[in-house]
Amino acid sequence: MPASPAPSVSAPGTPSPSASRKRSLAFILPLIIFAVIAGLLFNGLWHDPREILSPLIDKPAPDFRVESIEDPARMVDRKDMLGKVWILNAWASWCVACREEHPVLVDFARTRTIPVVGLNYRDTRADGMRWLAQFGNPYATSAYDEAGRVGMDYGVNAVPETFLIDKQGIVRYKHIGPVTPDLIQDTLLPLIQRLNAG
Amino acid sequence: MNDSRHWRRAAFVAAALLLSLGSALAASAIAREAPEVGENPAIEHHMMELAKELRCVQCQNQTLADSEAPLAVDMRQKMRELLAQGKSDEEVRQWLVDRYGDFVLYRPPVQGNTVLLWFGPGLLLIGGLAALYITLQRRMARLDAAAAADPQWSAADAKRAQELLSDDSEQGSLS
Repeated sequence: MPASPAPSVSAPGTPSPSASRKRSLAFILPLIIFAVIAGLLFNGLWHDPREILSPLIDKPAPDFRVESIEDPARMVDRKDMLGKVWILNAWASWCVACREEHPVLVDFARTRTIPVVGLNYRDTRADGMRWLAQFGNPYATSAYDEAGRVGMDYGVNAVPETFLIDKQGIVRYKHIGPVTPDLIQDTLLPLIQRLNAG
Repeated sequence: MNDSRHWRRAAFVAAALLLSLGSALAASAIAREAPEVGENPAIEHHMMELAKELRCVQCQNQTLADSEAPLAVDMRQKMRELLAQGKSDEEVRQWLVDRYGDFVLYRPPVQGNTVLLWFGPGLLLIGGLAALYITLQRRMARLDAAAAADPQWSAADAKRAQELLSDDSEQGSLS
């Protein structure tokens, strides 16, 4: 007996128009679903899982009070920065990407737009100071976070990380990775202007 | 001639086995620093149980319990401190989520933006099964209608076919 390839019945006459429409729908629908899922997955390729969305955005910047890197007797206290818009930049002498962004920060600090406070993350005083002497010091001061506890409060998991904090001490923006001139021009400066006005 | 082929194949298999065994042993023998251990065994155990369901944000394919990344060591230390202070499991988890976000949990909380993640596969499965069911029903209906419309197919034929198909006896075997 010849094998019948498809379940199409050898009924009297050809299948009705609505039946063939239903059949083409049956083909198209899975294709649409596939396209949607493929689109979502494709879009997901562009998401870097390392860029964790910070839960600190629009929340108060965590308090800290630690020694400065320059002088153990002088403390760096987050509360001192209230009333000013400022940047907290986590850096370390062992961090290669930090070296990449450093000239950008030095230039930015020279414009005296807003204070840049460093957070020397999991470093030694000697290494950190030497690094600043070698590559320039854009920081009003740097908090010496040897154990990384302040960093942990700020959700730092990879240096460099940069936070923009407003006059009330609320974190308004976080950037993971080196700061670029484009980032400063396109994102930070407009935001700083808005925060300074408010 | 046959012999040499067999010998070569045997030699190849032996070499492959040795290589895989050797590399497996080597991997386990790589010297690792002993992971830091807290002083209080009860807290240590408690902390590790929690850490197994948390993600190391630096080595993101490892749990907080497994990872040797410096940040993971720090986070475990912080968890020990929190537990020693008497904080509950939920409070310890919340402490980490407050700083690193939901991503640090291996079980994402069921909330607005994760509803699709949690229920999506189930919904797709149900949808697929429903589509299958509907398709089969339609097909059955179509076949029944065609059989009814076929002038050469009588009710007696249908009954006989049904008997043959459902026959479990030796007469119904396919051999």
